[in-house]
Amino acid sequence: MEQITLSMIQKLKLQAELIRKRTLEIIYSAKAGHTGGSLSAIDVLTALYFEVLKVDPLRPDWPERDRFVMSKGHSVEALYCVLSARGFFPDAVLDTYGQFNTQLFGHPTRKVPGVELNSGALGHGLPVAVGMTLAARMDKSSSRCYVLMGDGEQGEGSVYEAAMAAGHYRLNKLTAIIDRNHLQISGKTEDVMCLEPMADRWRAFGWEVFETDGNDMAALLDCFERSDRIKNKPKLIISHSIKGKGVSYMENVAKWHHGVPSAEQFELAMKEINSRIESLTS
Amino acid sequence: MNSMSNTVPCRKMFTDTLLEMARKDKNIVVVTSDARGSVTLGDFASELPAQFVEVGIAEQNAVGISAGLASAGKNVFVCGPACFYVARSLEQVKVDVAYSHYPVRILGVSGGLSYGALGASHHSLHDIAVLRTFPGMHIVLPSDIYETRRLVEALMDYPHPVYIRVGRNAVPNVHDNENIDFTIGKAIRLAKGKDLTLIGTGETVYHCLEASRQLGKQGIQAGVLDMHTLKPFDKEAVLQAAEESGRIITVEEHSVFGGLGAAVAEILVQHKPVPVKILGIPDENAIAGTPPELFRHYGLDAEGIIKTALNWLQA
Repeated sequence: MEQITLSMIQKLKLQAELIRKRTLEIIYSAKAGHTGGSLSAIDVLTALYFEVLKVDPLRPDWPERDRFVMSKGHSVEALYCVLSARGFFPDAVLDTYGQFNTQLFGHPTRKVPGVELNSGALGHGLPVAVGMTLAARMDKSSSRCYVLMGDGEQGEGSVYEAAMAAGHYRLNKLTAIIDRNHLQISGKTEDVMCLEPMADRWRAFGWEVFETDGNDMAALLDCFERSDRIKNKPKLIISHSIKGKGVSYMENVAKWHHGVPSAEQFELAMKEINSRIESLTS
Repeated sequence: MNSMSNTVPCRKMFTDTLLEMARKDKNIVVVTSDARGSVTLGDFASELPAQFVEVGIAEQNAVGISAGLASAGKNVFVCGPACFYVARSLEQVKVDVAYSHYPVRILGVSGGLSYGALGASHHSLHDIAVLRTFPGMHIVLPSDIYETRRLVEALMDYPHPVYIRVGRNAVPNVHDNENIDFTIGKAIRLAKGKDLTLIGTGETVYHCLEASRQLGKQGIQAGVLDMHTLKPFDKEAVLQAAEESGRIITVEEHSVFGGLGAAVAEILVQHKPVPVKILGIPDENAIAGTPPELFRHYGLDAEGIIKTALNWLQA
């Protein structure tokens, strides 16, 4: 990672807003999507793809690349828009989202350049990421691995099988991120199934835990930078975020998990995002 | 080697061959879930620890980790009891391996009825039926140690995910040596039939062959097809057997639903309808017994196959 500067943060904030806008556009056009969790994760995805990850869009299979696994596969609209913005495929491809026989399924597949794993079933990303990290260790590669999970996803037992293995093998090149937006499809995570004390649970498995504001670009970059300094164990970043972030009426409302805006709602959302884009470019 | 004298289980032949290959090929990685004893991986683990990953009792994690290792180009063999890998970790097999198309090799040991009296939790009599429906998943049940050895060699450079099922105990050899025409996806014709053809897979092939020998003494020409690969399925071999012999008996250590018999019937009813009898485990949890006792009880040994054949031919 380069040294964090104010201009870098401004640039990434703008990038995130542009991606937010595009994400809502494709969801609105397809009349389908996982809106809330896409919006909460856009800032962390932007930070990863535009600053943290060592990837080359022209060589998606470059062996030395850092791996990113989208374990919360339902937030796929955000991922597609980030990958496209980063240059993995043309923006026009995004317009096929929701159309018959598109390559852009409603959950990530490896048919899409830049996607490392077909996901969508929860609790799968971390075990695969453990395997990727072990392979890099065997190959003495500098490649690091990042995986993004949802907080509701923490109900899956396979997450903890992998957490245990990563701790056991002291996988210092593995960073897991939890998009901690506190909501899942049925309501508040703590009402559905208690996930706290989240940090303590992961520490008990041998992980170094960091917490950050997941919708604050400066805080995110600082957190990634600090986590990179830990060299003897796997790292977890609890990315405290707001489900539906960036569209006032969607924020912290569970029904926007896969809600699609009406024409008026869409206009309102565009207005809010455009005004932020304006202030970031003025 | 006399066919009855074999004392090496296929799982042991598999892991011995794999160790031999892995000494030369550092890209081979073995993953297991506290099953190094059951799989016979003790030698591999102590000799090549850098190519061995233990995950503890966590099959879901084992399969996910294997997909991750394979994504980085490793030739990964994830090994453990068949009953767990095609049940507990089935979603990982479906999504991380088959759907993501990472060429992981899943070695399911002590498959079918191998665990005999341990009960249905430890039987894998559904694996073929389930895995056949996963696009991109290949399935191989070698019939003896020679096929097992040839299979491991074939897996050194095979671009698809593969499920391999072998039994727990040593089984009689079907072949005299390893000089066999073994190709994944290509059935081996062990005997040409005029009156009927017996099609087996895995451990039942030997019983088909033995039944054919004994039927021959009674003047009945029973062909034998060794269908070691269930997917991709050798349609041509089945059609040829139907053409030559006019009736088919399939024999499998698997539920009568969805396995070898079903695969054969699917082809024949559409392309060459001839009568088929499907021998396997009926829709029940298998009773307690040793594998030979259970093979006998369910009519899957040579004696049972002969009985079915004679009753049918004389009907």
